[in-house]
Amino acid sequence: MTEPLVIGFETSCDETGVGVVRGHTLLADALATSVAEHERFGGVVPEIASRAHLEAMVPTVHRALAEAGVAPSDVDAVAVTAGPGLTGALLVGLAAAKAYALALDKPLYGVNHLAAHVAVDELQHGRLAEPSLALLVSGGHSSLLLVPDLAREVTPLGRTIDDAAGEAFDKVARVLGMPFPGGPPIDRAAREGDPAAIDFPRGLTGPRDAPYDVSFSGLKTAVARWVEARRRAGEPVPVADVAASFQEAVADVLTAKAVRACRDHGVDHLVLGGGVAANSRLRALAEERCAAAGIVLRVPSPRLCTDNGAMVAALGSRLVAAGVAPSAPDLGADSSLPVETVSR
Amino acid sequence: MLVLALDTATPTLVAGVARRSAAGDAEVLAERAVPSGNRHAELLVPTVREVLAAAGLALADVDVVVAGLGPGPFTGLRVGVVTAAALADARGVPAVGVCSLDAVGSGARTVVTDARRREVYWAAYDAEGARVDGPGVVRPEEAGLTGPLVGDPRFAERLGAPVEPAEVTTAGLLHAAAGPLADPSSAGPLVPLYLRRPDAVPPTSFKPVTTA
Repeated sequence: MTEPLVIGFETSCDETGVGVVRGHTLLADALATSVAEHERFGGVVPEIASRAHLEAMVPTVHRALAEAGVAPSDVDAVAVTAGPGLTGALLVGLAAAKAYALALDKPLYGVNHLAAHVAVDELQHGRLAEPSLALLVSGGHSSLLLVPDLAREVTPLGRTIDDAAGEAFDKVARVLGMPFPGGPPIDRAAREGDPAAIDFPRGLTGPRDAPYDVSFSGLKTAVARWVEARRRAGEPVPVADVAASFQEAVADVLTAKAVRACRDHGVDHLVLGGGVAANSRLRALAEERCAAAGIVLRVPSPRLCTDNGAMVAALGSRLVAAGVAPSAPDLGADSSLPVETVSR
Repeated sequence: MLVLALDTATPTLVAGVARRSAAGDAEVLAERAVPSGNRHAELLVPTVREVLAAAGLALADVDVVVAGLGPGPFTGLRVGVVTAAALADARGVPAVGVCSLDAVGSGARTVVTDARRREVYWAAYDAEGARVDGPGVVRPEEAGLTGPLVGDPRFAERLGAPVEPAEVTTAGLLHAAAGPLADPSSAGPLVPLYLRRPDAVPPTSFKPVTTA
């Protein structure tokens, strides 16, 4: 029997994503983004993102279906991010997905954005080992998850207590005069820098700190103080060294906590996800430390680490295969959907 | 021609099905007006199912979708607009957008609805029901609108004149769409009538962490 064809909708932030998968096979990953419209504001403006989603929605569906080479009537199930995310943005994708499900007379699955970031790896590396650990780091989230059953059970182990990792990248980039979003320019600048040049603080790594929670607010402030002190003294700012040392502090804390969580829970598979997982130093250090600890590391390609519709379709496909019940007709969006709620 | 009409520009979600004759007469077959507040996204699709069932019809029978484009509070407004666009796209039928205020009341009138932030959306119509001014958004005290006023009666005091209560109706949406419904395939994409820019001001400078 052919595996089900699932279309997935993602609009939780500034990317309008529509993906199509069959089983674990990626057929289409159409994306529109409003990131350029947010740049001059230094962060995502929810109303601008929501307007852009509406404008892009139907054309993005057309691109996805064309790329997949399928007709709307071929679709077996519709999946959509129901949260967490920006309410106004989420509602555009949710309403569109509900309408397509109604018009195509197919089941609808409202899914968790974070679980979808884990599921996307199945499109590249096949079925996930269960249990796995997942480290999800992006502009909106920083979470360490235990995943006994991706279709039904995801347990949060730790999260950021202040800024998301991606926010810290954005703010440090701003301090260094780099564009938004800050991840790519910091990664580029860091290649020329010395990661040991400045000993920036590693938050929440003391013996009494929560073992799996992270904090980036103190790090961000430490970087700003260091740079501002240089500027006040009239000295040049070694941008590459600052970028490399900051990035090292983030990658060090995240990978150390992820490896420790694997050990503590007897789990030997780690999945990375989220936009910050596209960072080259985080990927390299995770590889190094996982290899040393005997942990199998799975990292999707950078394109699939950032928000997209294929990840939502991938989780939808997993839910269909697991026989999970579809969402009720009055499905809504929940901007703070708990990570334990894989689908609703 | 079977028409599905949707509007989420006000706190009352409206969904209806109507049959439109070649001569342009509309007969509403089923209609629901749900005081759904900020739950349009939850309730719109179930309501569409209800009106279709009440009329004994399927979505496959629908020839054209009419959507209220606002003005209205943005988040709820977009739910109706994107739903109409997606339904029409999935069924391969045209979607026609109308100004939601055109679908409130009839004849010579000025329509007012809640724009939040202590403002109203408004539009003025002549005796034939044609819009002659608006849509706009204004503080009621500064509006200087001339009656008869219809729409959201909560603004009567601040407008200094009575407001005859009236809401968007399926018949009103079809009436407003009469022109494009004569040739629905020529309709453009559905673009909401926001009337306001997004609230966002680019920062002129970023505050330093340390103070010198």
